[in-house]
Amino acid sequence: MQNMTTTSTTSSTASSVISAGAATTSRSYLGLAGILVLLALAIALAFMVKGYVLFQATMLLSYAIALVGLNLLTGYNGQISLGHGAFFAIGAYTVGVLMDKASTPYWLAVPVGGIVCLAAGYAFGRPALKLQGLYLALATFALGVVTPQLLKYKHLEHWTGGVGGIVLTKPEAPFGLPLTADQWFYLFTLAVAAVLMWLARNLIDSGTGRAIRAIRDHEMAAESMGVDNRHYKSMTFGISAAFTGIGGGLSALAVQFVSPDSFTMFLSISLLVGVVVGGVGTLWGAAFGAAFIMFVPNMAEKVSKDAAWGVYGVVLILFIFVMPGGVMGLLAKVKSSLARRKDLPV
Amino acid sequence: MNQNKTGDKPLLQVDNVSVRFGGIVALDGVSFDVRRGEVRGLIGPNGAGKSTLFNCLSRLYSCDEGSIHFDGQVLSDQPRHRIAAMGVGRTFQNLALFRTMTVRDNVLVGTHAHHRAGFLRDILRLPAAVRSERAALERAEESIELLGLGPFANTIVADLPFGTQKRVELARALACEPSLLLLDEPACGLNHEELNGLGDLILDIRQRLNLTVLLVEHHMGLVMGVCDRIVALNFGKKIADGTPTEVRQHPEVIRAYLGEEQKEAA
Repeated sequence: MQNMTTTSTTSSTASSVISAGAATTSRSYLGLAGILVLLALAIALAFMVKGYVLFQATMLLSYAIALVGLNLLTGYNGQISLGHGAFFAIGAYTVGVLMDKASTPYWLAVPVGGIVCLAAGYAFGRPALKLQGLYLALATFALGVVTPQLLKYKHLEHWTGGVGGIVLTKPEAPFGLPLTADQWFYLFTLAVAAVLMWLARNLIDSGTGRAIRAIRDHEMAAESMGVDNRHYKSMTFGISAAFTGIGGGLSALAVQFVSPDSFTMFLSISLLVGVVVGGVGTLWGAAFGAAFIMFVPNMAEKVSKDAAWGVYGVVLILFIFVMPGGVMGLLAKVKSSLARRKDLPV
Repeated sequence: MNQNKTGDKPLLQVDNVSVRFGGIVALDGVSFDVRRGEVRGLIGPNGAGKSTLFNCLSRLYSCDEGSIHFDGQVLSDQPRHRIAAMGVGRTFQNLALFRTMTVRDNVLVGTHAHHRAGFLRDILRLPAAVRSERAALERAEESIELLGLGPFANTIVADLPFGTQKRVELARALACEPSLLLLDEPACGLNHEELNGLGDLILDIRQRLNLTVLLVEHHMGLVMGVCDRIVALNFGKKIADGTPTEVRQHPEVIRAYLGEEQKEAA
């Protein structure tokens, strides 16, 4: 190990900046290639499957977007939310009400849902700054519990449709494209997911993202380094809610129906389960987490109709035991052990 | 950065600062100043109020009485997150690193006071965000090189030995290009070899980076070796202020330290 001596020369500083930069670019080229292949496969899927499977794929993408949102908050910023189902619902209902009452086109209604959730998330996150850890979890839990009831509220019934909810129509492909409505909406959702993934990656890798992560690791030290914790925490809450709300809006269009019973407390818990199963503090974990919360309950029902939730519980516990870091944690472990094997002779 | 200000005015002025926790008086009317370019020591037995004073300087605590001026501004009414941007960097006694992040990311957070991009620009990766990131990376890399942390730049901080983690904290504090560096017991927990280099390191970074240093330390050899002037506290009060020789011979200081040694022996 080096002594506490100064070993700086300007040229070595400059060269290490360059080499660090070069390593990042070559890695990001490889990553970019991987993403393009994945994207091509996802586009191809629209032409290989149809009907219910394509609907499931659309739902998986909507959940994944919602999970990225929750992971920004809980995984990267360390704020636990047991009530993100509320933002999923607000996004879904914004789309529903806008399309039903104002005949807003879906492509406008979905981002508006995101913006409404951004505002709602910020408005909730700002006063919630006073709450830490379990207390924040309880406050968000309250939000998750109250939302489905609020949606049934008599005086909002004119907009929300009360218990009956709102029926939506699936958008047709524009510009006379030779695509079915299912195919088009899947591709639309895929495009939204790709853009949001890019935005989330930008945010996490930037100086702002570092501040968000620094707050999670050591709040007081972050503040001493000049991070305005209040601003960063409430903005992260808003952005997280916006992602989840967009996921909710897309799911509403995929299901073609919103009703209060789709957004129970169980949805909020499921989202948190998805984050943990996919990998806390990872972005791609959202895909695995979404697959888990979509398919495991169905699979459990196939295994045993009477004890479906028992099976679900057992599978969940097994997942957490086998993959304490979630699916992404396991993949990272495999990758690093492969890398170590390669490095062994050195 | 400070050239436009008058040279003789002290960089940091602590005026009659008192801090109370319930009935306990942690600091009782402490006053002293730190001149530009000097290494100023702050000593005293455990519980003398050194850390309390440090925490007032980084606004973790508020003064109940008195004021703190830094570089012509009132420091004691600024919000916590503004202190770094004012030009005050610090390290922590018991390490306060971002443990899941790499050394480079830790040091990069140290540059946050210069971060100008904000959420919108960063999330869209606009040119201003890219420029800001490049500048941050250059700053961080300079700090990393200066402290010889290059080989560990991509290592997660929690995986490093304690002494190295302390250097990461120092690099992180330097990355915001402070004019005043607050070092809270930098020698604490270091091994012999690391300890020997520490005095030279402090003097060297002061020279290179045109720094002023305020040093809290128990290790008397280090304090006497590097400090230009020393303040001694005991039970929240200032008991001595002067050159290392003056402070070492001050009867109050001798009493404070010998008293403590006798207690330890008993």
